[in-house]
Amino acid sequence: MSDAPVTAGVADDGRPGAWEPVIGLEIHVQLKTRTKMFCGCATSFGEEPNTHVCPVCLGHPGTLPVINERAVEYATRIALALGCRVGGPTIFHRKNYFYPDLPKGYQISQFDQPLGVGGHLDVELESGETFRVGITRVHMEEDAGKLVHSGGATGRIHGADHSLVDFNRGGTPLVEIVSEPDIRSPEQARSFLTQLKSLLEHLDVSDVNMEEGSMRCDANVSLRAAGAEFGTKTELKNMNSFRFLQRGLDAEIERQEDILEAGERVTQATVHFDPTTSSISVLRSKEEAHDYRYFPEPDLTPIELDSEYVERVRASLPEFPAARKERMMRTYDLTAYDAGVLSANRSLGDYFERVADIVGDGKVAANWVTGDFAAYVNGVGLQVEQSVVGPEALAELLGLVAEGTLSGKMAKEVFAEMTETGRGARAIVEERGLGQISDSAALEAVVAAVVAANPGQAEEFRQGRDKVFGFFVGQVMKETKGQANPHLVNELLRRRLTG
Amino acid sequence: MNVLGLSAVECRALLESRDLSALELVTLYLDRINAVDGDVRAFLAVDAEGALRRAAEVDAIDPAQRRPWDGVPIALKDVLCVEGWETTCGSRILAGYRPPYDATAVAKLREAGLIFLGRLNMDEFAMGSSTENSGYHVTHNPWDLERVPGGSSGGSAACVAAAEAPWALGTDTGGSIRQPASLCGVVGMKPTYGAVSRYGLVAFASSLDQIGPLTRSVTDAAALLDIIAGHDPRDSTSIGLPEPIRLPTETDLTGTRFGVVTEYMGDACEPGVRQVFHDAVAAVTALGGQCEEVSLPSVEKGIAAYYIIAPAEASSNLARFDGVRYGHRAAHSDDLLEMYTRTRSEGFGAEVKRRIMIGTYVLSSGYYEAYYGQAQKTRTLIMRDFERAFAQVDFLISPTSPTVAFKVGERTDDHLAMYLSDLCTIPVNLAGLPGISLPGGFSGGLPVGVQIVGPHFSEQGLIDVAYALEQRLDIRARPALGEVRP
Repeated sequence: MSDAPVTAGVADDGRPGAWEPVIGLEIHVQLKTRTKMFCGCATSFGEEPNTHVCPVCLGHPGTLPVINERAVEYATRIALALGCRVGGPTIFHRKNYFYPDLPKGYQISQFDQPLGVGGHLDVELESGETFRVGITRVHMEEDAGKLVHSGGATGRIHGADHSLVDFNRGGTPLVEIVSEPDIRSPEQARSFLTQLKSLLEHLDVSDVNMEEGSMRCDANVSLRAAGAEFGTKTELKNMNSFRFLQRGLDAEIERQEDILEAGERVTQATVHFDPTTSSISVLRSKEEAHDYRYFPEPDLTPIELDSEYVERVRASLPEFPAARKERMMRTYDLTAYDAGVLSANRSLGDYFERVADIVGDGKVAANWVTGDFAAYVNGVGLQVEQSVVGPEALAELLGLVAEGTLSGKMAKEVFAEMTETGRGARAIVEERGLGQISDSAALEAVVAAVVAANPGQAEEFRQGRDKVFGFFVGQVMKETKGQANPHLVNELLRRRLTG
Repeated sequence: MNVLGLSAVECRALLESRDLSALELVTLYLDRINAVDGDVRAFLAVDAEGALRRAAEVDAIDPAQRRPWDGVPIALKDVLCVEGWETTCGSRILAGYRPPYDATAVAKLREAGLIFLGRLNMDEFAMGSSTENSGYHVTHNPWDLERVPGGSSGGSAACVAAAEAPWALGTDTGGSIRQPASLCGVVGMKPTYGAVSRYGLVAFASSLDQIGPLTRSVTDAAALLDIIAGHDPRDSTSIGLPEPIRLPTETDLTGTRFGVVTEYMGDACEPGVRQVFHDAVAAVTALGGQCEEVSLPSVEKGIAAYYIIAPAEASSNLARFDGVRYGHRAAHSDDLLEMYTRTRSEGFGAEVKRRIMIGTYVLSSGYYEAYYGQAQKTRTLIMRDFERAFAQVDFLISPTSPTVAFKVGERTDDHLAMYLSDLCTIPVNLAGLPGISLPGGFSGGLPVGVQIVGPHFSEQGLIDVAYALEQRLDIRARPALGEVRP
């Protein structure tokens, strides 16, 4: 990194203002273990303050940490899924700093011997192109508590007259994923984070919910003239949605551009994005940055991950989204788009595969799962697993369409009722008499009656006015309350009118 | 019968035979504390009410249902968490703090049936060698009230020497059990690092701290160690001992090889201490032991390494005393930084502040390798020295402290002289080895201790040889103190 000021915003091609963003992300993921990282307290979200605490996670004198084995397993899954080198001894360090949400005055984290190093994630852009983001490290640590500032108008520390600490979150296991500065635009950053989230979902190790804070993202951002050395970076903190990440990066890049265009230097600092005003505020400059005085945590012994353990965890890894997408395209004859949607979300993909396997028609299953089904769960705000219409129930409905009992249009209505009542498709169809009339004898009578009742139109058709045909179809449908099988109606009408 | 002159094991026998009730025994000790502690000042607090209540409960238990140590009293260094008591570590910053749980060692004592008499004075956060750094008061040596009892477990050693309790628990980070045991003429043992759980021991230097017994006999040290040792799932660094500890009976040392550490034999020790030590070596030889010189070339760097590693860990361990959740908080601060600064300025004493500053400095960016990194390398060299020595001999023998008890106030301004008090004991902590100090004799009427150190987890052997030497030396003098002479 160069400290020399970049005085002109002129790229190699002479185009003014051609600054290239250089972005690296640090992602914190809360692991969904049952208990905390170093004590037996239950992990929790949104519960009464300070109800999931004990002497250990409150940092009482004399208490000691004990490593949560499940957290190590989950972290290992993440590191392996990101292609990191894992194995040998990994140790915890103490990161020392004072803050009221940090009960021990230090965070137990990892430093120069993290769990995993040197991985990567291949990210697919909407254009179909892929780019590779290096993963510097994957390490374990504990979360801090939460401060609640009271008495001020904004709920922020400024203007508050007192602050309260909730230690329920304190000690929750976190994995920090640090990327190389391989990202070159806010859009790329968003794609990377989206696909990382999808990967973590597949690993079943975290809720990865940005709004609830189980996935948090900081970004290191700098600008450089194309091909030049990296510029001075700032750290954009805690963006709590994918949209804010992109907008925050846009705003910070614009701010740095303005500084550089004015011939000034970017100073190393932590910056905060305010989504309501789309503005960046500089929180603290790195001159007063903490010296964390890392040293090996003497209360814990090194973790030795032997190759047998690593291989066992590796063998337990699920299929990753990219591989699943390929397989879905092959096995179910799906378009890249449908396979992309269905492989991005693990439960949606599982749901689809179950339906497709029962129905035996991947395309039909994909249309329904990405269409009506996705619209239903997203509309109600449900997880796929929470849907009252399970994959077997949807498959039953699609079976009724395939055998001709229901039209596509009727099936949509039945599906809507299934989501409301939780009842099966066949039961609804039978109770409401919705089955398509596919009985040609029954339809024949209706067709004969309709043609007999409209002799004028029948004559017009015979004289070559094809348009009148639609009139007859409409009449038959009207008589059958829309339940007639349209293919059969066409066939019978044509035969009678021309016969 | 002079009950106050008895060891804990002997008290247990009297309780078992019903020759003495628990209430009688506890009352005797509480009376003794009343009689002499105004002079000794070993206790920070005495829980007379709790002790008498427990004693009455024990006496009401059907003898067949009694646990092994039901009714035997003990006193505890104020660095161990006891549910329901205040635990202050001798510091003003923890005034009023009542831990919500028992330390594992304390819980084991409770389960064994022991009765807690009270909590004992110490150098603040165990930082010191004289108990003069207590945030509350100075403890006096029962052999000469103008002198210090040593430290940091000065309250524990003084209390046992003055017969205010049959035995006590202390903690040892750089000699804090063995040095005061030596200065007060009692037995003090630091177990192998990992033998006893540190859960509930308020940390000074996590990689060095161990809990251990201070007793009037080696047999009592064996019994107390057996109660408190063991692996604890709450302490990842705890291992326990390979076997339960047997009470010692062997009085012959034939075939046992002892190493006399060359580096401790120079001018470091005062002549009176050297004389007692030579007599002890002669006693070992008389018992059939073989003594030879061994060299530990790196131990002289031990104090330097220790005064980097221990403060580094302490600076981090003591960060939690920030006024946010418990203990002292300065009144009327305008912002967070002021609250932290004033709380810690008011709550910590000078020695604790000194070590926090040293520790913070040696860990800071740019200095870490030069100080903390080098100190860790030195620590490895010291471990190798001991490994080489134990390939040659079974145990090492040395004076425990280079001097007898010094006068109160004599060294308070000379920090380096104070730090040198732990010359012979510190390397043992750095290497994580077990060590025992037992009374070896007197110099100018003041006790001199002899230290025996063994390989990791050699506690049983260490106790056996210490017992043989104890029987041979047969020291019976007790401090003349108070109206009731034990």
